[in-house]
Amino acid sequence: MIAMKNVHKTFALRDGEFTALGDVSLDIAENEFVTVVGPSGCGKSTLLNILAGLETPTDGQALVNGRPITGPGPDRGVIFQQFALFPWLTVRKNVEFGLRTAGMPRKRRQARAQEAIDLVGLTRFADALPKTLSGGMKQRCAIARAYAVDPEILLMDEPFGALDALTRVRMQEQLLDTWSRERRTVLFITHDVDEAVFLANRVVVMAAGPGRIVESVEIDLPHPRTEEVRLSPEFAALRNRVWTAVYHQE
Amino acid sequence: MSVVEAVPARAGAGASRPSPRRRTRRGLLPALNVVSALAGIALWWWASRGSATVPAPAEVLTRAGELIADGTLGDDVLASLRRVVLGFGLGCLLAVPVGFLMGWYPVARGLIEPWVQFFRTIPPLALIPLAIVLMGIGETPKTFVIFLAAFLVCVVSTFQGVVGVDRTLINAARVLGAGDLTIFLRVVVPASSPFILVGMRVGLGSSWATLVAAELIAAQEGLGYRMQSAQLYYDLPTIFVGLITIGVLGLLMDRALLLVERRLTAWQERRA
Ligand SMILES: Nc1ncnc2c1ncn2[C@@H]1O[C@H](COP(=O)(O)OP(=O)(O)OP(=O)(O)O)[C@@H](O)[C@H]1O
Ligand SMILES: [Mg+2]
Repeated sequence: MIAMKNVHKTFALRDGEFTALGDVSLDIAENEFVTVVGPSGCGKSTLLNILAGLETPTDGQALVNGRPITGPGPDRGVIFQQFALFPWLTVRKNVEFGLRTAGMPRKRRQARAQEAIDLVGLTRFADALPKTLSGGMKQRCAIARAYAVDPEILLMDEPFGALDALTRVRMQEQLLDTWSRERRTVLFITHDVDEAVFLANRVVVMAAGPGRIVESVEIDLPHPRTEEVRLSPEFAALRNRVWTAVYHQE
Repeated sequence: MSVVEAVPARAGAGASRPSPRRRTRRGLLPALNVVSALAGIALWWWASRGSATVPAPAEVLTRAGELIADGTLGDDVLASLRRVVLGFGLGCLLAVPVGFLMGWYPVARGLIEPWVQFFRTIPPLALIPLAIVLMGIGETPKTFVIFLAAFLVCVVSTFQGVVGVDRTLINAARVLGAGDLTIFLRVVVPASSPFILVGMRVGLGSSWATLVAAELIAAQEGLGYRMQSAQLYYDLPTIFVGLITIGVLGLLMDRALLLVERRLTAWQERRA
């Protein structure tokens, strides 16, 4: 489904250049939920932007369904590190944005947007402006906006980074719930090792200087991921393994 | 997705309840404004008693009545407003697309910016002699100078608005399938509208100031002209009427634009 082959990314700086990604190869199968962890600045967002079609690799190939990525596409939904809601549009209009650009007729567009809004539990706030929403609600609006266009692939860049612990856990459970019902392919970036292990089928660990993948950990915990799973010794063992890979990079 | 409903939904209820600090402020500020205005008029009245030259408020009020009755004030106001509305309107109309061009296309910026920066350093009034020589003594040179004053302010702020549009918003639109035209119309324009409106407000103030000064130099009617001719006859009450009218009209126009601005940019997060 997603394939990155020997991808390099360098940014031109005033004095020379900076290698954000040096030789990254990554395959993600259909319906797989992959999380990416790594220290700040190791190139996680750069990797996601390449898959989103917002950046082009300096070298190597990035493919979706066997075709090289040439730009953003309706097959890939993106949820940004900063919510990136249009502040002048209501929740409803934000969610409808992608449907409008796709030229969906009004009736169907409204119905589709309403579904997505209901799904993330923002029904009562459908006509509110983003500035009146809490951080968690903004995030849910951004998720609804990406869901509405019904992409096969969801690319999520630290989507829960700004949330308090309680809301965060709820959002994780909700995301898994939707994922297990609708089965999308998900690439999910996070700083949080617990979150990475809890959500994933596979955790990819990155290191900086230059940005690269240092380890890939299969997470064979059972679904659904309940609180029981979160507190199990198997979870703890996997978390420790990922933790070591992230924080004891030589 | 029942889990989510458990998340407390505060925003709706909390937003309408003003904090105690704001409530006291809301009543206090207008009261202070009125007190201050009254104190100013009292001071004026007190100063006029001891002076042979400064007219008393009552005297100015009488003169205002006369000027309104014989239609002079109305005609002058209309003449001035017509010039300002025309010049300011044309200025903004041109400034917005030019500002967008400059912000969107580096080539346009490179070509236009030097001229904007150069003319910005020249007070519009300094162009009056040239404008009169080139365009005659009719309405054209005055309207032109006002146009320029509004244009220069508005074009710079539109440009800054466009340049400052958050990249993540543009990226968000792109991944939602928006092309260049859609991004321009549905992201860049709304995102920079607060800058455009602020530019228009500043531009209006600058137009108004330029207008009155232009009328002092070259006009047969208008508020500036009326004060200029009153000066010849040492007619202080008329000068006062002119000044107050200019101030009040300027204030009204600014408030009107402020209201429009508030309406159109209500989506912005404001700290105050
Ligand atoms: N447009 C750019 N120009 C120059 N350098 C860039 C650019 N974008 C990213 N970088 C650099 O590339 C590196 C990786 O950035 P990236 O945003 O991918 O990191 P990240 O892993 O997402 O970090 P964080 O966890 O803090 O979000 C950083 O060192 C950053 O300075
Ligand atoms: Mg990042």
